[in-house]
Amino acid sequence: MSAPNDAKRTLHIDPYEKNWMRISIILVIVFAAAVTVAGFALGFQVPSPEERVDPNNLTGPWENPGLRELSPGVYELYVIGNATTWQFEPRDVEIPVDSTVTIYVTSRDIQHGFKLQDTNINMQILPGQVSKLTHVFEEAGEYPYICTEYCGVGHAAMFGNLTVVEK
Amino acid sequence: MATREEGRGMLATYDVTKTDKRFIGAHILVAVIALSIGSLFGPLQAFQFSGVDLYPYLQPVFKSYYQGLTIHGVLNALVWTTFFITGFFTLTTILGFKRGLRYPKLNRVGFWTMVAGLVMAAIPILLDEATVLYTFYPPLQANWAFYTGLTLVVVGSWIEGYGFFFTYRAWRKENPDTRTPFIAFGGLVTMAMWQFATLGIAVEILTMLLPWSLGLIEGTDPQLARTYFWFTGHPLVYFWLLPAYVSWYGMLPKQAGGKLFSDSLARLAMWLFLLLSVPLGFHHQFVDPGIPAGWKYIHAVLTYSVFLPSMLTAFTVIASLERAARKRGGRGLFGWVRALPWSNGSVAAQLLAGILFMFGGIGGLTNASYNVNLVIHNTTWVPGHFHLTVASAATLSFMGISYWLVPWITGKPLWKPRLAVIQTWTWFIGMLIFSNAMHVLGLLGAPRRTPLGVAPYVSEEWSGHLLRVGLGGAILFVSAVMFVWIVARTTWGKERLGANEEIEVPIAESEQDPQLTPLWLDRWVPWIVGTVLLILVAYGPQLIDQIANIDLGSGQAPSIRPW
Repeated sequence: MSAPNDAKRTLHIDPYEKNWMRISIILVIVFAAAVTVAGFALGFQVPSPEERVDPNNLTGPWENPGLRELSPGVYELYVIGNATTWQFEPRDVEIPVDSTVTIYVTSRDIQHGFKLQDTNINMQILPGQVSKLTHVFEEAGEYPYICTEYCGVGHAAMFGNLTVVEK
Repeated sequence: MATREEGRGMLATYDVTKTDKRFIGAHILVAVIALSIGSLFGPLQAFQFSGVDLYPYLQPVFKSYYQGLTIHGVLNALVWTTFFITGFFTLTTILGFKRGLRYPKLNRVGFWTMVAGLVMAAIPILLDEATVLYTFYPPLQANWAFYTGLTLVVVGSWIEGYGFFFTYRAWRKENPDTRTPFIAFGGLVTMAMWQFATLGIAVEILTMLLPWSLGLIEGTDPQLARTYFWFTGHPLVYFWLLPAYVSWYGMLPKQAGGKLFSDSLARLAMWLFLLLSVPLGFHHQFVDPGIPAGWKYIHAVLTYSVFLPSMLTAFTVIASLERAARKRGGRGLFGWVRALPWSNGSVAAQLLAGILFMFGGIGGLTNASYNVNLVIHNTTWVPGHFHLTVASAATLSFMGISYWLVPWITGKPLWKPRLAVIQTWTWFIGMLIFSNAMHVLGLLGAPRRTPLGVAPYVSEEWSGHLLRVGLGGAILFVSAVMFVWIVARTTWGKERLGANEEIEVPIAESEQDPQLTPLWLDRWVPWIVGTVLLILVAYGPQLIDQIANIDLGSGQAPSIRPW
C-alpha cells in the first residue's frame, strides 16, 4: 500500500474491457444516429414552444375549441383540458380518413396529459402553454385520447374520442 | 446494544464505536419504518388495477387511490432511500477512512433535520392535504408544511454530506499521499453530486411553491417548475443507484470471495456519474410544450453518454464476480454463475438486483431516446421501468446490505438466513411479473398514475396484463413483509453473537494496489469544475430564457381543490 505517489501513472485497462467499451460507444452512436435521422430527416418530432396563453382568459380559437378545416383534408384541432369537469373540450371529434390534423392543446387550470392512442401524439398539457403536434390519419377507426397526467380525483375518467371515418 | 468484539477481523485497525453504530442504526430504523408503511400501499394500487379496489373500505382514513399513491411514492422512493443512503454512507465514511466523523454533532444535526422534515411532510400527506404525488407539479397546491418538510429533508441530507466532506478533509491531512479508500470515495462522490442535483428542487420550493402556498405570491410558472424539478429528478435516480454501485464494486466482490477487478475504472465510473448525472434532465420533459426541441435533443445525447459509466460498471462488477466464482471452482462460459454464494441472502439479493437492473437499463435507454419516448411517455411503462431501478437495483440491494448491516449494528445473528434467500427470490419473481406487465401495458397505451380498474377506456386487450400487475404486486408485498419481519426479529431477538462470531463488514480489496491508480482519479477540483461547466452549458441558456419569461399568473391554484 505504500507505492510512490506518481502522477504519471497511466490508466491500466483490461483488453476485454477496452473492447467492451468500444462496443458500448458504437451502440450509443448507432442509437443517437437512429433518433437523429428519425427526428430530423423523417419528421418524428417532439413538441416545441408554440405560444403562451392566459389560462384565465382563453381567447381566439380557444373560445370555440374543436375542429377547423383549413383546406381540403387539412385540419387543426383545438383541445382544452378541464379539471373541474375532468373532461376534454371537445369530447368527440370526427374526421375523414387521410386527413392531416395539427392538434393544439392547453389547460384551463392544472396539468393534464394528452395521449392519442395508436399514434405518436403524446403531449404534456400545461396552463399558460400551448402544446402542438401533427398527425396524418391513414386508417379509419376509433382513436381515444386519454389524460395521462394526474389532475385530481376524476382523472381516470378523463378521455375523448377521435373517430376517423371512411370518405 | 453492540458488543465490543465486533468490527474486528480485517478491520482490526478500527473499531466503530457503539455510539456510531447506534447512529447508523437510527437511519436504518427510520428507513425500514418508511418502507413498511409505504409498501402497504403498493398492493392497494396493484389490486386496483386487477379489479379489486380496497380503497372504498379505507375511506375513513385514506381518501383516495391518489393519496395512497402519494404515500407510496414519498415514503418508498424518497424517505426509505434517503435515510438508508445517509446511514450507509456514514458507515462507508467511518470504515473507509478508519476514523470517526470529524464533527459527529454536525451529522446528528443533519439526521434530526431530516427526521423533523419527514414528520412535517407526513402530517399533511396523511391528512389528505398534500395529495399531489411525489412530483408535486403546480398548480396542484399542497399545504405549506409539505413543501417545508421536503426542504428540511433535503437540507438535512446536505448537512450529513458536509459531515462526510469534513471527515474526508481531516483524513486527507493525516494521509496526504494515500488514495481515498474506495467505499468512502463512492459515498463522497454521491453526496457531492447530490449537492448539485438538489439545487433545482430547492430553488423551485423556495422561490415558487413555498411562498405561493403561504399566499405571498399569486401563482407559479408550471413550465419553469417542471424544469427545476427535473434538474433534481433525474440525478435523484443516481442518488438511489450509486450507493448500490458502491456495494457492488466495493463490498459484493468480497462477499463472493474475490476482489474488485479494476480500482481505477470503478473510480472513473463514479467521476463520470458526478459529471453526467445532472445535465440531462430534459429527457424527462420531451413532451413539454415550453422547451425547444433542439435543447431536448442535446439532453437526449447527453443521456446516452451516461450509458457509458453504466456499461463500465456492468463489466467491472461482472468481471469481479466471475473471478470470484472461478476461484470457488466455477466453470464454463456462463456456468460459473452457479458457483457464486447464492445461499447467502445478502449476495443473492444484490445479484438478483443486478439482473433486474439490466432490464431497467435497457428500458432507460428507450426512455431517453428522444422521439421514441413519445410512445411510452406518461404510460405505465415508466413506473414499470423505475421499479427496476429504484425498487430493484437500489431497494433490493439495500435489503441485501441490511442482511449483514443489521446483525453488525445489533450484534445479533440474522434471523432465519434461509428465509432471507427466499425473500430475495420472491422480490425478484414478483418484480419480473409486475414490471413486465407494466411495460407491456405502457406499450398498449395505458396511462400511468391512473386507477385503471375504474377507467372507462380500458380495452379488452389490457385485462390479462392488469391481472398480472395485481399478481406481481401481491408477491412483492409478501416479500416486503418478509424483509421487515426478518429485520425486526433480528433486531429484537434475544440471541447474541458470540465473541468469535463477530460480523465482518465486507470490504473488497482490489486486484491492483489502489496506489497505482492514476492521481487524476483522486483529484476533486477538475471534476467539480467540469461538472459545474457542463451544467452551465446544458441548463444555463434555457434557465435564463425561462426565468426571463416567467409568468406567475399562468399557474394559479384552482378555486376548488381537485382531490
